[in-house]
Amino acid sequence: MMQLDNLYQEVILDHYKHPEHKGLSAVSDVQVHHINPSCGDELTLNLSLVDGVIVLSWDGVGCSISMASASMMSGLLSGKTLGEAAPIVNSFLALMQSKGTQTGDEDLLEDAVAFAGVSKYPARIKCALLSWMAFKDAAVRVQGK
Amino acid sequence: MQSTSVANRPTLTPMSLNAALIRKDFPIFERLIRGENRLVYLDSGATSQKPNVVIDAEANFYRNNNAAVHRGAHQLAEEATEAYEGARLIVANFLGAESEEIIFTKSATESLNLLAYAIGNASEGNRFHLSGNDRIVVTEMEHHANLIPWQQLSKRTGAKFSWFDVNDDGRLDLTDINSIIADDTKIVAITHQSNVLGTINPLEAIVTRAHEVGAIVILDACQSVPHMSVDVKALEIDFLAFSGHKSLGPTGVGVLWGKAALLEELPPFLFGGSMISSASMTDATWAPVPRKFEAGVPNMAQAVGLGAALAYLEQIGLSNIHEHEITLTARLIEGLQQIEGVKIFGPINLEMRGGVVAFTVEGVHPHDVGQFLDSQGIAVRTGHHCAWPLNKKFGINATVRASIYLYNDEADIDALVEGVRGAKTYFGER
Repeated sequence: MMQLDNLYQEVILDHYKHPEHKGLSAVSDVQVHHINPSCGDELTLNLSLVDGVIVLSWDGVGCSISMASASMMSGLLSGKTLGEAAPIVNSFLALMQSKGTQTGDEDLLEDAVAFAGVSKYPARIKCALLSWMAFKDAAVRVQGK
Repeated sequence: MQSTSVANRPTLTPMSLNAALIRKDFPIFERLIRGENRLVYLDSGATSQKPNVVIDAEANFYRNNNAAVHRGAHQLAEEATEAYEGARLIVANFLGAESEEIIFTKSATESLNLLAYAIGNASEGNRFHLSGNDRIVVTEMEHHANLIPWQQLSKRTGAKFSWFDVNDDGRLDLTDINSIIADDTKIVAITHQSNVLGTINPLEAIVTRAHEVGAIVILDACQSVPHMSVDVKALEIDFLAFSGHKSLGPTGVGVLWGKAALLEELPPFLFGGSMISSASMTDATWAPVPRKFEAGVPNMAQAVGLGAALAYLEQIGLSNIHEHEITLTARLIEGLQQIEGVKIFGPINLEMRGGVVAFTVEGVHPHDVGQFLDSQGIAVRTGHHCAWPLNKKFGINATVRASIYLYNDEADIDALVEGVRGAKTYFGER
C-alpha cells in the first residue's frame, strides 16, 4: 500500500475531488480537445491571453491522475506569460520521463511535484500528461493567431 | 442493472475442473506481483497465460525442427512442414472443419483484415464483389477489429453499412432483423461473444436471415473459441476468426477459417512467395487454398504452439471450461451486486453468457480501480476495451473488466470482490 500511496498523494486526490479552473469559459482565444485513445480519457482546454497573461479553463472526464493534473496545471500556469510557462511545462515533462529517479523542481512545479510517483508507472504517465500536452498544443496555436 | 438478482442460474454439477492443478501447468503463477502478492490473473480476455506444453512446443520447434516449411529438400524442412501442417489439422479438428479451410495469420485482427481486403479485391462477376448496391451489417457491440475493417471496406466500395443496436441489458436488439439484414446484404460480420459485455449472441436467427438473402456470415470468435465448444458446421457460418494468444497459444498466430468453396472464389490479399501456382514476369496464378492466403514464410513455431494449446484445451474439455467459467461468473456477479455503487454492464442472466464482466464503481474511475487492484496482485483490464461505440452507447468512457479462464478459482473471484471494496474505501475515505 506504501507504493500506492506514493502514486496517489493526498494533494492529487484533493485536486481530483475539488478541481480548480474546471468548467469551460464562454469564450477563449483557442480551444483544444485531447483524448487518450488507450483509455478513453478526454480533456477540453480553453486558453486565452489577456494582456499577455494566460487564462485557462478546462473540462474533461478521466481518472484521478489525469483530472488532478489538469487542475494543478491550470493553477500553476494561469496568470503567467507563455515565456514563464515554458520552463514549468518542460520541467513537468522531464519529471514524467524520469522513471522515478527525480523528485521534481519544487520552485517551478510547486504542488505538482506530487506527480513524481506517477513516473514509476509507465501506464499512468500519459494520464498525467494529458492536460500538459493539451496546453502545449494550445500555446502553439494561440501564438499562431 | 445491479439491483436485479442473478436469475436463471443453472443448477451446476460439482466442478469437474481443478483450477489449482491446472495452475501448476502455467509457470507464470509461480511469480509474485507488486511485492509479495500472488498473481490473480483476470485479464484473459486480453491475452491468456501459457502452459508449459505451449512454451515447450514453441521452443522445441526452434531447438529441433526449425526450417522454412513447404520449401527445401532436407530433413528439417520435412519435419517443420509436418509440425506446421499437424498444427493445421489440430485447429481444423478443434473447429469441426477441414484442414485446407484453415489459414494461419499473425492475429485475429489480421484474419479479419485479410478477409476485408480480399473481398475488396473481388472484381465484378465474383460473388464477393461489393458496390453501392450492396450492404454490410455489423453490430454495435463489435470489437474495433471486427468493426473498423468493415466500416472502411464500406467506405472504399460504397457499400451501405448497417448495424444491430444493443439493448440496455447487453443483448442484441433483433426486432428489426429483416430490415437490418435487408435483401441487398452481402456481408454480416458479428462477434460470437462480446469482449466487454460477455453476451453470447444468438447466431441461429442471424445466420438463417443472412443466408435467406444470400449474405455470408463472418464470426469474430476471439472470445468464444478459447472458452467453449465451437463447431463451424453446426453454426452454419461462412467464415470465422480467432486468435492464438487468447487460446493459451503464443502471440503472432491467428486463424481464419472459411468454407472451402468460398475460399476458392475469394481473391488473395497478400501476394508473394508460396502463394502462387505459377509465375511469369507479367502474370501469376494462385496456389490452392489455404496456401493462396499464406504468402511468405509463416509463423511456424507459433502455429505449432497453438496446436499444443488447442490439444491441451481439448484434453481438459471445452464444456468443462465453459461450465467452470460460468460458475465463477455467477459468483463474481453476486459478489459485485453486494457492493453499493457497483454497476455491471452486460447480462446478469447467465443464459448465453461467457466469463467476461465489465463494471464501474461509483466515484472511482476505472483506471484508479485497476491500479488499486494491481497493488493487490489482481490483473484486470480498464478502459474502453477497443469497443468505443459500445461505451458511448452506455454513456461511459471506461469500465473495469474482469475476464475468467480455466486457471481461475473461487479465491480469485473473492480477491477481486474484496479488492473492489478496498478501492472504494481507499479512494472514498482519503
